Amino acid sequence: MARAIPTRRRWLLSLLAWAVGLIIFFPILWTVLTSFKTEGEAIAAPPHILFFHWTLENYAEVQQRSNYIEHVTNSVVIALGSTLLALLIGVPAAWAAAFAPTRRTKDLLMWMLSTKMMPPVGVLVPIYLLFRDWGLLDTLTGLTVLMMLVNLPIVVWMLYTYFREIPADILEAARMDGARLFNEIVHVLAPMAAPGIASTMLLNIILAWNEAFWTLNLTAAKAAPLSAFIASYSSPEGLFWAKLSAASTMAIAPILILGWFSQRQLVRGLTFGAVK
Amino acid sequence: MRRTLAALVGTAALVIAGPSLADTLTIATVNNGDMIRMQRLADDFRQKNPGIDLNWVTLEENALREKVTTDIATKAGQYDVLTIGTYEVPIWAKQGWLTPLDLGSAYDVGDLLPPIRSGLSYDGKLYAAPFYGESSMLMYRKDLFAKAGLTMPEKPTWDFITEAADKITDKQAGIYGICLRGKAGWGENMAFLTTMANSYGARWFNEKWEPEFNGPQWKTALNTYLEMMKKDGPPGASSNGFNENLALFQGGKCGMWIDATVAASFVSDPKQSKVANDVGFAPAPCGTTCKNANWLWSWALAIPSSSKKTADAEKFVAWATGKDYLQLVAAKDGWANVPPGTRKSLYDNPEYLKAAPFAQMTLQAIDSADPGLDGNSKPKPYIGVQFAAIPEFQGIATAVGQQFSAALAGQTSASQALQNAQLLTEREMRRAGYIK
Amino acid sequence: MATLHTRSLARLMMAPSVAMLFLWMAVPLGMTLYFSFIRYNLLIPGPRSFVGFSNYYYFVTDPAFVAALVNTLVIIGGTLLITVIGGILLALLLDQPIFGQGIVRLLVISPFFVLPTVAALVWKNMMMNPVYGVFAQIARSLGLAPLDWFASVPLLSITLIVAWQWLPFATLILLTALQSLSEEQREAAEMDGARRFSIFFYIILPHLARAITVVILIETIFLLTVFAEILVTTNGGPGVATTNIAFLVYAQALLQFDVAGASAGGIIAVILANIVAVFLMRMIGRNLEA
Repeated sequence: MARAIPTRRRWLLSLLAWAVGLIIFFPILWTVLTSFKTEGEAIAAPPHILFFHWTLENYAEVQQRSNYIEHVTNSVVIALGSTLLALLIGVPAAWAAAFAPTRRTKDLLMWMLSTKMMPPVGVLVPIYLLFRDWGLLDTLTGLTVLMMLVNLPIVVWMLYTYFREIPADILEAARMDGARLFNEIVHVLAPMAAPGIASTMLLNIILAWNEAFWTLNLTAAKAAPLSAFIASYSSPEGLFWAKLSAASTMAIAPILILGWFSQRQLVRGLTFGAVK
Repeated sequence: MRRTLAALVGTAALVIAGPSLADTLTIATVNNGDMIRMQRLADDFRQKNPGIDLNWVTLEENALREKVTTDIATKAGQYDVLTIGTYEVPIWAKQGWLTPLDLGSAYDVGDLLPPIRSGLSYDGKLYAAPFYGESSMLMYRKDLFAKAGLTMPEKPTWDFITEAADKITDKQAGIYGICLRGKAGWGENMAFLTTMANSYGARWFNEKWEPEFNGPQWKTALNTYLEMMKKDGPPGASSNGFNENLALFQGGKCGMWIDATVAASFVSDPKQSKVANDVGFAPAPCGTTCKNANWLWSWALAIPSSSKKTADAEKFVAWATGKDYLQLVAAKDGWANVPPGTRKSLYDNPEYLKAAPFAQMTLQAIDSADPGLDGNSKPKPYIGVQFAAIPEFQGIATAVGQQFSAALAGQTSASQALQNAQLLTEREMRRAGYIK
Repeated sequence: MATLHTRSLARLMMAPSVAMLFLWMAVPLGMTLYFSFIRYNLLIPGPRSFVGFSNYYYFVTDPAFVAALVNTLVIIGGTLLITVIGGILLALLLDQPIFGQGIVRLLVISPFFVLPTVAALVWKNMMMNPVYGVFAQIARSLGLAPLDWFASVPLLSITLIVAWQWLPFATLILLTALQSLSEEQREAAEMDGARRFSIFFYIILPHLARAITVVILIETIFLLTVFAEILVTTNGGPGVATTNIAFLVYAQALLQFDVAGASAGGIIAVILANIVAVFLMRMIGRNLEA
């Protein structure tokens, strides 16, 4: 696939790309490095880049203060649960929009997206009151459903752009063969749409994982995910750079690793039908 | 892939349907050092009270206040013990949101410092038990003062501080003469600036609830503050709050710092402070008066009336704010780390006085603050030293704090900031119906 | 083409999504609308009397309102500018046959996975802090005075943080689009002796138009409600320099606990968002059709 270009130019371009990549990645790298320093070394000027006394004490301290595993579990449940729910409801909608579009389909999709433009804090009190009355405050069930609603428009939109690329003829052909709707979905549509569904799922897990407003405001102790975990470190007393770094690293590590490993699937999903 | 998914969904279902614990107290608290210590030592409580389990919600101050206020005002009842401050207690007690505390005779309510106790009472009843109490004072670097040939007077004035800050500043060496709060917020820069203005004879509202930012007192206070900070303050001062300044002082970047008395134990702890051995303490500076030149605050534990576990919650409050807790901290972490400013007996304890060189200064500062209607040099219609105990205050003071923060950042002039503050405060007070 | 049968089936399949989103919109929005016309402060119990448009009046005449409106647009505009231009350049670079392309791509997309709160905390404390931050250390080692980011250029600082988070997203979409540009098209142009610049402007850029539209659409949706980054770093200040509409509503709701004022603000934000939506729809309508 590589186009033939002079080696020297390739080296120069590689150098440039690596430099840019490292600059973009630097804040994360720096945070991870700092998390292994002592508080004193974290603010040393000039900074010690790699040759410092590596320590795990910040992680120990963070773990002692808050139950990391519990927060991660909550995050996983909310992110995964809401994504699966959203797929369950979103796939049929996207299918309908893609294969049986009406005049209003476009407007309907746009309207769905526009539900995301309202600042959440504007409806915090109504939602809070409803959650209170339904006993959903500080429950994983409540947050899972809420995050499903928050991300549903993106799910529908993304799936729609995929399904639209699937040639309708194939479905027609399947229908001619007398395939039932169920079979049509399972045997024809699903395999073709699988990559799209996978990437939609990934993107939504990431979005749900990184949501910090609802998850922070509607939980207390039992259902608090990582956003609440990090909120207890955002400004502790005194020198806290190293501890903050450790907590930050712990908060982003799971999703960062997931993202890295699944980036190929994710990339395909991120196109939103932008590629034709 | 499909199997993993199924497994994950299964786990999710299990977690959602997980067992619910009986007799669990949910405690909301701020992420200050003393509270984190309490959390660490809470095993002691569990041992003494088998059958009561504790669930902690530890958050940064503002996030905590938002969640706790929403919870209590909508009577959602998610928490059994709340960590709240002197500002909230009278307002919330008046609404009937808090349970009056009955902590038993062993608790010795009479031992609580009178200003702290009265700040947490409403109609003569105690609604929250103080976990630690604080005022504000001046912390300074004795070594830098000696180097500059300065001696700290017994009662420093702003004129002296201005001069001293200038002499100590050595920007080349990264040393700034004075560190003060600049981050906008009613509990951040406005807490400090209100006490500074008090020391120039200012007040927030006159008897008709009209703001007084257009008066000469606020003007002098703000101008002195801005001049000093621009000349001798650290860079980025407009985003420095308590924590940021603490980090700067501990890192040896500040010559003087006026802030909460609780900071004293952090800056003189060699484990976390580079300058532990060189710290001196003095009262907060006076301007034209010393009245309410230092604030009064306490973080206290309260029980919302929406909690269904009042009896257990009272046990916890009594444990965390009782005399035995002080002994427990002293035994584990040393007397200097005991939560200060709540009990007279602590200040009669020779061991504490020996371990905490700042103890006398803290006690004096707390005793001299008077939140009452006649606490300032002019009579005022509100309770509170560095705040006005009305529900509207936190919103108004934060907006005013933004104006002063902008002046510090050089985005507006002092007179413009004062004028804006006057206008916006008037507007909100009129809207809330105080000004007819 | 579609039969009557499929039509009704399609409606049935669409129904759950539409119904749920409708409820999700309508119920809270209805309550918000109701709250916006009464007197309702969480901290002041009392009769919730009808007050007409007074909450709206106070929100719109708030001296911070106009500034917030402008700031919202500046944050969106600035971020879009940085991410679209930066994204195109990065995509062009990553499309080249460089060594270790996979790893570079991982580095570039990483910021997208970072919690907004964490991103803001890291930038505020580790990067932009004028005493201990990396930028300050670099400036000092070059003998320059460190820049006090959040005081001197607050809006730019926020925009930079937000742009850092969204740059990977733009890059990836643009890169995928770029890679779909067929080799023949490019080679044909090169054969014709077209210069690099004209290839870029006459072939690559038009090809990317659709992808750019999508980037603008999706980012705008998220950027309208930028909030965590502001709360963590500047708290909307100094003054109102970084207060956007979402933050202004937040100040009403969670600082003043003025539910009525926040509701009025929320309704106004929804109206503004819909104006933006209509605007976007026009744009999409032109670029995303077919």
